[in-house]
Amino acid sequence: MTPVQMASRIPLADYAAVIGAAELDELRALARPLHGRTVTMVNSTAVGGGVAEILNRLVPLTEELGLRIRWDVMTGGDDFFEVTKAFHNALHGSPYHPEPRHFDVFRAYTDLNLHRLSLDSEFVVIHDPQPAALVSARKQSSAHWIWRCHIDLSHPDPAVWEFLEPYVSKYDGAIFSSPEFARQLSIPQYLFHPAIDPLSEKNRDLPPEFVAEVLSRYQIDPLRPILTQISRFDRLKDPVGVIRAYRIVKRYFDCQLVLAGGGASDDPEGAEVLKEVRHAAAGDADIKVLELPVWAPLEVNALQRASTIVIQKSLREGFGLTVSEALWKRKPVVASAVGGIPTQVIHKHTGLLAHSVEGTAYQIRFLLSHPEIAIRLGERGHDHVKENFLITQKLKRYLTLFLMLTRSSRA
Amino acid sequence: MNSAKTRFDFFTVSHLTRIGNLSASTLAELLTGLEQCSDASIFHHTFQTLSSHHFLTEGFSNDFAQWVLADANRDALAEQLAALDIRDYPSIAALREDLCRVVRTFCEQHPEYARQSALERFFFCESVEVTVPFGFAAANLDEFREGIVRLSHASFFFHFISSRLRLQLRTNDFSHWLANGLGLMALAENINRIDIYTNTLDSARAKLLRLLDRERRKHDPSADGQPHSAR
Repeated sequence: MTPVQMASRIPLADYAAVIGAAELDELRALARPLHGRTVTMVNSTAVGGGVAEILNRLVPLTEELGLRIRWDVMTGGDDFFEVTKAFHNALHGSPYHPEPRHFDVFRAYTDLNLHRLSLDSEFVVIHDPQPAALVSARKQSSAHWIWRCHIDLSHPDPAVWEFLEPYVSKYDGAIFSSPEFARQLSIPQYLFHPAIDPLSEKNRDLPPEFVAEVLSRYQIDPLRPILTQISRFDRLKDPVGVIRAYRIVKRYFDCQLVLAGGGASDDPEGAEVLKEVRHAAAGDADIKVLELPVWAPLEVNALQRASTIVIQKSLREGFGLTVSEALWKRKPVVASAVGGIPTQVIHKHTGLLAHSVEGTAYQIRFLLSHPEIAIRLGERGHDHVKENFLITQKLKRYLTLFLMLTRSSRA
Repeated sequence: MNSAKTRFDFFTVSHLTRIGNLSASTLAELLTGLEQCSDASIFHHTFQTLSSHHFLTEGFSNDFAQWVLADANRDALAEQLAALDIRDYPSIAALREDLCRVVRTFCEQHPEYARQSALERFFFCESVEVTVPFGFAAANLDEFREGIVRLSHASFFFHFISSRLRLQLRTNDFSHWLANGLGLMALAENINRIDIYTNTLDSARAKLLRLLDRERRKHDPSADGQPHSAR
């Protein structure tokens, strides 16, 4: 069995320019007692999706710190991924009526992968529900098994959770992205915030000429305020609500609105929402509705950097990492107080929170009227991301977890 | 230059956040949580949060105060909670007592607000601390300065702020060693007075380095910012 080959490697030393040499030395100090220890990460896809994106960065960095880490991907047929997608939605709270054969499919592919994967590392980190049952392979040894759950488990479908819970309880611990997403479990639960990579195409510095070229390509005026929301065309991101907020602001400020996102072409609901958004925006040349290709990191980066204010007016949210992306670029953010957003936007310190269309409009008007406050919020937001939501922080949390597990088993 | 008999060993620290089982949606529930949560939880929402939000120097003090302000919308109570200075508390028990007293008094005076639902729930978490030697130590002022420069934010906070709980004294590791190891009482006292609520960790460290340099010049008028080993 071949572990996943990394698409790109950014040397750890390159992060010194971003976080400072002392923080890198700290990572090395934390990794020193773990030198030569073995780690296996398992998820269900090598490309696409946030988990694969983060593992692509995290695995080489961990390896560079002297741990022997491998990343394996669980394989399955279409029937398995249909079942696990349904499980995923059900765990998020969507109504679902599982049939016994769905659980059989799940078990059968788990068994298949148990024969295929060698899960004999000292630390085994299993990502998300798809490979969760691999813990069945756990032997009576000193190995530590951790379940990293990237989804919101606060209101799961009872039947699916009842099926998964016995597997989850076999782990040494579970990791969630927010305390709200966790459940009452018999094992310790840890909080790992999602993280952005400051050196990725979506977040790294861009030449001003490229930003100007992107604005020109989409006919956005760089001389007037630009309000931007980057997100999928999804009702839970409330793009029509953003347009309503913009129209209130427009009475006072000659501004433009950019709604940019992907996911509409291969998602029937997304296409429907995009239609509604275009309808709501009709007749206003200052509203740009941009359907970006699925992966257009440089364009997203440029649009965020060109923005005067970044909006995230979600009605419901996971962690909402686009907020951290904007804060990293020192942008003032106006966002809804839902999901993981208040962790990133500390009201009046690193951005402004709102609870309605009118509230969103008011906070935008306030920032357009007080650019000095907008600048200060953007600066503090950048510091907040640097301290808490960068991939180097995530790496530090994993090292700390491994150290803690090692010491607790020794004790 | 004086050398201490006991070297100062620099450590670094990292905290895992453990999600607890308590949460609150009203001020009354916050009080119950404050009374029942673990010491590690009080530490997490006061000491640890100040470390991870050190760059906020305009009113951010602890998670309880921020939640009361942003979610329970009670400015006066938030102000009282934010005014509690963790440096005044050599133990978590004493800090918990004051947090409870402030919230309890408010709830008694304003029972109509005590059971009002907040916008978002407050989740009690805990810090699990893991310490590791940084790999360098100091025996004199020059080496000490060099070590301070090389510290990460977490390490600086560990030695300068959370050490108070370990020492159970109203001082910090740096001042403790400077006073007891090198006999520099005045320097130790001046360092202990640096205000971490109105400074970031970087600006607090810059102030500390200035104080160290002033002391070094007393012993060696030619001493600049760089210790001998780095010149």
